[in-house]
Amino acid sequence: MFRIGVDVGGTNTDAVVMQGDKILSGVKSPTTEDVMSGVVDAVERALADAGTDKAKVTAVMIGTTHFTNAVVERKHLARTGAVRLCLPAAQCLPPMVDWPNDIRDAVGNHFWMAKGGYEFDGREISALDMEELNRIAVQIRDEGIDTVAITSVFSPVSDKMEREAMEQLAKTLPDVDFTLSSEIGRLGILERENAAIMNASLRALSERTVGAFGRALTKVGLTCPYYITQNDGTLMSRDFVQSYPVLTFASGPTNSMRGAAFLSGKSDAIVVDVGGTTTDVGALVKGFPRPASTTVDVGGVRTNFRMPDVFAIGLGGGTIVEGTGETLTVGPRSVGYKLTTDALIFGGNTLTTSDIAVGLGLADFGDKSAIADLKHDHLQAVRARINEMLTNAVERMRVSPDPIPVLAVGGGSILVPDHVGDLPVIRPEHFSVANAVGAAIGQISGEVDRIFSLDGKTREEALAEARTEATNKAIAAGAKPESIELLDQEDVPLAYLPGNATRIRLKVVGDMNG
Amino acid sequence: METIKIITRDDMADVALGGAFLGTGGGGDPYIGRLMAEQAIDANGSVQVLNVDDLADDALVVPVAMMGAPTVMLEKLPRGDEAINALRSLEAVLGKKADAIFCIEAGGLNSTIPIAVAATARLPIVDGDGMGRAFPELQMVSMTMFDIHACPMAMADEKGNAIALNTVDNLSTEKFARVITVEMGGAGLIALYPMTGAQAKQAILRGSLSLIANIGRIIGSEQAANRNPADKLAADLKGMRLFEGRVTDVDRRTEGGFARGRATIEGLESYQGQKMFLNFQNEFLLAEDEHGRPRAITPDLICLLDLETGQPITTETMGYGFRVIVFGLPCDPKWRTKHGLELVGPSYFGYEAQYKPIEILNLQN
Repeated sequence: MFRIGVDVGGTNTDAVVMQGDKILSGVKSPTTEDVMSGVVDAVERALADAGTDKAKVTAVMIGTTHFTNAVVERKHLARTGAVRLCLPAAQCLPPMVDWPNDIRDAVGNHFWMAKGGYEFDGREISALDMEELNRIAVQIRDEGIDTVAITSVFSPVSDKMEREAMEQLAKTLPDVDFTLSSEIGRLGILERENAAIMNASLRALSERTVGAFGRALTKVGLTCPYYITQNDGTLMSRDFVQSYPVLTFASGPTNSMRGAAFLSGKSDAIVVDVGGTTTDVGALVKGFPRPASTTVDVGGVRTNFRMPDVFAIGLGGGTIVEGTGETLTVGPRSVGYKLTTDALIFGGNTLTTSDIAVGLGLADFGDKSAIADLKHDHLQAVRARINEMLTNAVERMRVSPDPIPVLAVGGGSILVPDHVGDLPVIRPEHFSVANAVGAAIGQISGEVDRIFSLDGKTREEALAEARTEATNKAIAAGAKPESIELLDQEDVPLAYLPGNATRIRLKVVGDMNG
Repeated sequence: METIKIITRDDMADVALGGAFLGTGGGGDPYIGRLMAEQAIDANGSVQVLNVDDLADDALVVPVAMMGAPTVMLEKLPRGDEAINALRSLEAVLGKKADAIFCIEAGGLNSTIPIAVAATARLPIVDGDGMGRAFPELQMVSMTMFDIHACPMAMADEKGNAIALNTVDNLSTEKFARVITVEMGGAGLIALYPMTGAQAKQAILRGSLSLIANIGRIIGSEQAANRNPADKLAADLKGMRLFEGRVTDVDRRTEGGFARGRATIEGLESYQGQKMFLNFQNEFLLAEDEHGRPRAITPDLICLLDLETGQPITTETMGYGFRVIVFGLPCDPKWRTKHGLELVGPSYFGYEAQYKPIEILNLQN
């Protein structure tokens, strides 16, 4: 059976063809404005290089930074209605209260607070008021808003009110897309609501983008199902990502790290992914990216997604090199996508790290005569500086004195020396398309995060109940039941409460069906 | 240390960060309180900070606070006027208006909520608190050592319920108020320990808001410079790095309405091969090495910081795989007295260790 992994980045679209654990081909192609033609080109070339019959491809996995970029650049975001079920509580901090002004403006800053919401134990704060919801629906309709996020207090404890409110609003708003916060986030209303609103604002873009993926695959002649990778390296079905695009946030670094792990066969390592402008350094623990322990901002908006702990430095293939000796600087400025016109070896006037790499004989491309004037001492000084930058970044992510390897991936990884500090560097085969490989090996997951009452049941019974729930979610999302394993589990008794309430967070993963 | 005279909107990030640090793992994430204070300051202007000695002896001084589960507060945000309602209810019982307010604890949400209340009520806030850190129960304040009664006390919720309590002693206040808190949905806003300026001068721990703001500034500026704040915090606060490692187990259980438990941390770098165990009841209370020797004991402060960023980590969010610094600080000298140790020493929490100051326990360092 054959699988195709695709990574749609800001600059390049990469594709790989895999048969089981074997990589048959890997290609890079420029990302195009319409997304589609870049995917078509990459996939067609990857299939041709591998000599694979497209009828035998069983699945395509796509990783994309498209939605993260939309939020970061405040582009393609739809005007969104935010409805919070909370009154009389929670009025003091309305939806989007802590968002940067430009993104709040980009989604329109339309919000309503209504009666509803739960206490921690499932009691109602107040009942839903259908008349109130009808009035809100009319206002949403009059504003011409066609995507709405609904967030109820303690909806991870019970999602009933969010559903009922959606049904009521839909009576007046039959063509509106609804995002329910309980389907997206964990406890912490502001972070969950933020994710729900961002998700709602991305729904239209998601439909277009996922549609473009589908059309691209159809054009290539692929009829198999396709999946999109999530922030933790697991896969979502196309229908799912169409509804929950926000869950793709941070999938880029995750894919490159998991791809690096797969290509090298190492499960504990530091991954150095060198792109055109920046280098992302992350740590692999047992084959998975180590998650960040604090809340993570996406485009200035606070979220509590599990994201990989990544340290970025301004060093890439297009990084600008200036000065000599004492005044030598390497980055953080970069020529970016203009590398192929601005770098010396490509006939430009800017000294970049790519020129240095060619001068040092680390790489062979462009016009070498353009850098014949570069002095040996200068080249060595720049090399030493690059090594120092990489060593500092790797040391920052390193957590043990054990000599775990450094995995160098990404198009710019020729800049990484053979040792970073005392750690050996491994450059796995197909290192430049590690992201696409990471997408191709994505797993299916199921997650539970809510409060369980331990009145009348033991902690073990509650954990088992949570695990069953997560397993069912994973199976529903397309995982092979027999391959499902526990990935992470945590239970937190609710502080200060005499009741026996405990919050269980649990995630299982399994291999994809078929 | 710089003394603060006024709290502006721009100070709130530092106050929240410093409050998270002094929360010693408990007290909840002060982020919500920070947003509330920022809004109140936007609407009503900055908050004046008073030295306790500048209070008139007959002034009425009242701390306001959130009581209950920090998790609840992260989900059920306040309506906004609960704390003011609690304050107004207490004033009605007393027949007197408050002249200043202060923080019952210097940590977590309760280091930021009183600033929001002060801004809204247009009252000054006193540069001091009742704990010098965070503790889990309401009788665990310096005021109890000076025989100041928590009652009359008022509690308010978002539905408009306001309840006044009168109890025989502060431990009873804790027991009754805890029950009401649960009925209010797990968290309520409270105003209590009404006292005169003269009493405040005697009883409260001084300079807490300045300390919080300074700690926040240190953490923020060290992070901005890509340095771990632990070294500067150690130098400036007479604190110490006790351990560095990776959390390999968190065993939590619910006992008597509290999160009690123990975290195991396995050493990294120069601590490779060693272990540290942290015992907690909402807040971190006892740090022991792998031989069972205490390295820090309540009421001294035990803080957990992210190994890379120095960001404070709460007991509730701490999880498997976190890479952390265990950081210790000496507590206010008032807690090291016989009465202080009866209230918040290791035996109150059921630990066998005899209290010894953190400086003595770590002499070899």
